[in-house]
Amino acid sequence: MQRIHDVGGLPAGPVDRSPHDYAPWEKKVDAIMRLMIGANLFTLDEMRRTIEELGPGAYEELSYYQRWIQAAANLALEKGLVTPSELGQAIETAKARHAEAASCP
Amino acid sequence: MSVSVGTPVRVLQMDPPGHHRTPRFVRGKEGVVIGLAGRMPDAERLAYGGRGPDQPVWRVRFRQTTLWPDYAGDPRDTVVLDLYEHWLEPRR
Amino acid sequence: MTHAHDGHEHEHGHDGHGHGGHAHPHPRQPDIEDAPLTWHMALTEAMAELIVQKGLCTPADIHRTLEKIDAASPAAGSRLVARAWLDPDFRARLLQDVNAAAGELGIDAGGIPIRAVADTPDRHNVIVCTLCSCYPRFLLGGSPDWYKSKAYRARVVREPRAVLAEFGLHLPDGMQIEVHDSTAELRYLVVPVRPSGTEGWSEDQLAAIVTRDCLIGTALPVVA
Repeated sequence: MQRIHDVGGLPAGPVDRSPHDYAPWEKKVDAIMRLMIGANLFTLDEMRRTIEELGPGAYEELSYYQRWIQAAANLALEKGLVTPSELGQAIETAKARHAEAASCP
Repeated sequence: MSVSVGTPVRVLQMDPPGHHRTPRFVRGKEGVVIGLAGRMPDAERLAYGGRGPDQPVWRVRFRQTTLWPDYAGDPRDTVVLDLYEHWLEPRR
Repeated sequence: MTHAHDGHEHEHGHDGHGHGGHAHPHPRQPDIEDAPLTWHMALTEAMAELIVQKGLCTPADIHRTLEKIDAASPAAGSRLVARAWLDPDFRARLLQDVNAAAGELGIDAGGIPIRAVADTPDRHNVIVCTLCSCYPRFLLGGSPDWYKSKAYRARVVREPRAVLAEFGLHLPDGMQIEVHDSTAELRYLVVPVRPSGTEGWSEDQLAAIVTRDCLIGTALPVVA
């Protein structure tokens, strides 16, 4: 049983200690998670499980908060809180809003 | 099954699918209970939308040399994990 | 929980982004607006939008939570340690129950229990979460990337001395190391030994040498 998140004792290289300031969108991911857990809509273990279920590729290709938001969306879908097309529409709306904001002088 | 502070325990050696909170590196290993972390809802149920009764979670201390045969540091070095009682068996 | 989705135009004004034509109803945020919007960033916006639209939380909830995230810093943890160094009774209470002791100082340590692990002259403590990224964030703020990295999580349980040496912390021979892996709903906070040369220092002076890494166990307080 492969458990990609279970890394204790695995071989690994030096620890990269480059500092990183959280981007606004990363903080928003964090806020979404806290609110969903705080409202008892998600449990922390459901979030952990959903991240684990993203599979090995997610660990190699996605950043920490990319994994979290993807897991949060998957969990919201699983629980019927949102539907794929609602999410799809909201993503298009966000893109349009960003394009509009970027085009303003 | 009775575990309390001071009980020598072995972590069950099993490899189930699904979400649980027992790392691979302590499974099948021997340690000693040093305290009660608390009585907590079972993460294995919470992960799938369930709840169930709270479970004892024990703080278990392992010697590094029992975890890693090639451990290079001080032989007295240790690791402590918080483990659900249903992953532990007392050893004699 | 079911929430009807009206499928129509809805308010976008909750986070300062409006559809106000050219009125530009929000302050310009060059960092955000000039950066390309990745799919995950758009997904984040979409999720924030939908949870408000469905009444799962309010825009004010999101705003307040973001403020809380920004406000959290290691200063809270540093202050707890400085107070513990000055007041043995407080230290005893801290080691007994961090969340309650923090409350005494008006610090909200959050709902997850935190356990303080105290260094001694011959035992050093260091914390990790090998399965995910558990961290006492209410007392330390957001965790550094390295704490969440595979390299730290994989190695510190197996070769703590080598990892600490990479951080510039060379523990003397005879110093035992105990690694605490946060595998359940308990978070850890290291209480280092008060260094000599700090006699007569104020709480603020002491707190200033207790850095975030001291509270994780990857550094020791240094007296300049």
